[in-house]
Amino acid sequence: MTGRLAENVLHFVRLLRACGLPVGPAKLLDALAAVQAVGVDNRADFRGALAAVLVSRHEHLAIFEQAFDLFWRNPGLLEKIVASLLPQVHGRTGEGDAAPAVPARLAQALLPPRPDRGDEDADEVELDAAFTFSPREVLQRKDFATMTADELAQVKRMLATLRLPLPELAVRRTEPAGEGARVDLRATLRRLAHPAGALAPLARRRHRRRPPPLVVLCDISGSMDRYARMLLHFLHAITNDRHRVHVLLFGTRLTPVTRHLRHRDVDVALSRVAAAVSDWAGGTRIGACLAEFNRRWSRRLLGQNAVLLLISDGLDADAGAGLAFEMERLAKSCRRLVWLNPLLRYEGFEAKPAGIRAMLPYVDEFRPAHNLDALEGLTAALRGRAGPRRATPPAAASGAGSRVAPARSGPTPAAAMPATMPAARVLR
Amino acid sequence: MSTLPVPATVDATVDFLAAQDYVADRRLATAVFLALTLGRPLFLEGEAGVGKTEVAKVLAAALRRKLVRLQCYEGLDVASAVYEWNYPRQMVEIRLAEAAGGIERDRLAHDIFTTRFLLKRPILEALAPHDGVAPVLLIDELDRADEPFEAYLLEVLAEYQVTIPELGAIRAEVPPVVVITSNRTREIHDAIKRRCLYHWVDYPDARRELDIVCRKCPGAPASLAREVVAFTQRLRAMDLFKAPGVAETLDWAEALVALDRTALDPQAVADTIGVLLKYQDDIGAIAPDVAARLVDEAREQGVRL
Repeated sequence: MTGRLAENVLHFVRLLRACGLPVGPAKLLDALAAVQAVGVDNRADFRGALAAVLVSRHEHLAIFEQAFDLFWRNPGLLEKIVASLLPQVHGRTGEGDAAPAVPARLAQALLPPRPDRGDEDADEVELDAAFTFSPREVLQRKDFATMTADELAQVKRMLATLRLPLPELAVRRTEPAGEGARVDLRATLRRLAHPAGALAPLARRRHRRRPPPLVVLCDISGSMDRYARMLLHFLHAITNDRHRVHVLLFGTRLTPVTRHLRHRDVDVALSRVAAAVSDWAGGTRIGACLAEFNRRWSRRLLGQNAVLLLISDGLDADAGAGLAFEMERLAKSCRRLVWLNPLLRYEGFEAKPAGIRAMLPYVDEFRPAHNLDALEGLTAALRGRAGPRRATPPAAASGAGSRVAPARSGPTPAAAMPATMPAARVLR
Repeated sequence: MSTLPVPATVDATVDFLAAQDYVADRRLATAVFLALTLGRPLFLEGEAGVGKTEVAKVLAAALRRKLVRLQCYEGLDVASAVYEWNYPRQMVEIRLAEAAGGIERDRLAHDIFTTRFLLKRPILEALAPHDGVAPVLLIDELDRADEPFEAYLLEVLAEYQVTIPELGAIRAEVPPVVVITSNRTREIHDAIKRRCLYHWVDYPDARRELDIVCRKCPGAPASLAREVVAFTQRLRAMDLFKAPGVAETLDWAEALVALDRTALDPQAVADTIGVLLKYQDDIGAIAPDVAARLVDEAREQGVRL
């Protein structure tokens, strides 16, 4: 291979890396070998060879195609374009692994927080309060730094204590255990063959247990705005607490943010989330978002007995159109569907909005989520294995003299909770 | 039966696959060619029924090698995927040694953990085949296995070897051709993908699908095949929960042939739609009037194919 071509491949790999594709030095060597094997006579094959080596996720394919077209049409253009291109590509891919340069992050961390894109904010800030749940998509980026000191303190306390202990399920894999139900022949034989093993006790195994995957769908529309920031801290904590947690945010569209939340530092993680979400505090189209989830994500995320946590106030701009249908499918695809609703804090809360009425029949568990106590109640409720549900959320239980009604008395929510839902009144 | 050499160019790979009635697009042929030439595992991802598993079968047939298939499932462990000790034989061996008297236990421990007592499961069989010919190893639906098994595969895919604590590492003299498939019911870890050549298997375009139907279902009249393909392509453009794959197209063509249909009509579609669509909501979306419209469009488009 000529040095010139190898050099261009190198530049191309670098470009892809800058675009957020995970291509390390080993991939470069593979790419060179692949190009050598295929040759450069046929442009399509050349493209195919590079794709086979450099792409490892379906969603990266589109980026690869664009980069390929741009780069191999005229590699000379690259030097001129790349500087202006990179910020755009970052914005579009929004991948967590498209790590911004460290100095930039450092600068962000050291400078006092300021609005990310001042001009956009200035334009749209006025929409914030007025359109608390409107179909209008407010393309607005939220700065988390505006959190009040009170909120921060609350969140810190919450992070110190909160874990989400899902009941563990038995899986097919086994582990050694003295009292296990199955005999471990391999270990037993090894004992028997051991010099001192003329009489060896049976070695045993039992089925391993592990918590099921957790998928969180969190509403970030305008009407949820007051809770969303706190909830995001909560989501960050549970995402980093264990494996197999996936988080998607929705307002008028669905945004997967698991990768962003995976960052250990909560501030970095949340600022990445803020950058990735375009419909912050805008309208709510729950039905459409659930439909998108069902179609594009449920089969990928809800395998292996996943528990689904739906965080939403149920106020739907589409007035529940198509919602029941999608909720039914969602409920059938996951092992357990838990709905956290901050509106449950209000006395005499009734499920009048069409959205809430459409969703309720398909929910396994319906809980408040407006403050720390409510979230702690959630963890306590989940710890109890599937069956027994806490009749009284701790928020209500601790408040002296408050009237408490059981949040749920039976396993079938539809039966336990008629449309007006008198039983769901929970007092603070 | 001797194995055949791997194709030398991408063009040859296309022909090579076509000779086995597998109509691959250029991208897939390139990925297959590279996997064979560079000796890398081929990772195929895509919707169900687009012919991922078929690639491995076709490769085995075309190269005249044995196909070793490992179907993944949750909890798949080393004992069922790689190797297992033959416990009954080991016990008999210990008993015999005891009966003979004067057993040296050190010696015994060494003796019963030798290859004589080893049962090969698919992966070990692929790395150390009993006939010495490197087979095609198909690791099917890896997304169904759990993460610990994925981690175990890393050694297999990177080094073509497995390590058995009692025996040491067993390394393939000639690496097998490895094909991994995934339906993406969960994301496979990047560490696995990094060691493989990746290809997203998409639904074929109308022309290629027609070619596939003609090859795989020779009993179908050409006009019917065209209409079937055009109809399925229309369905894929619709907003369905699960679009029909190529496998469904082939099944449908065969079903229509079995029902002695020579052309599509709304009634035939209504009778056989269960072959194409497997979700009640999707079937409900194909109401009689929709079916009639689709059939008309399919007839129109079919002629142009």
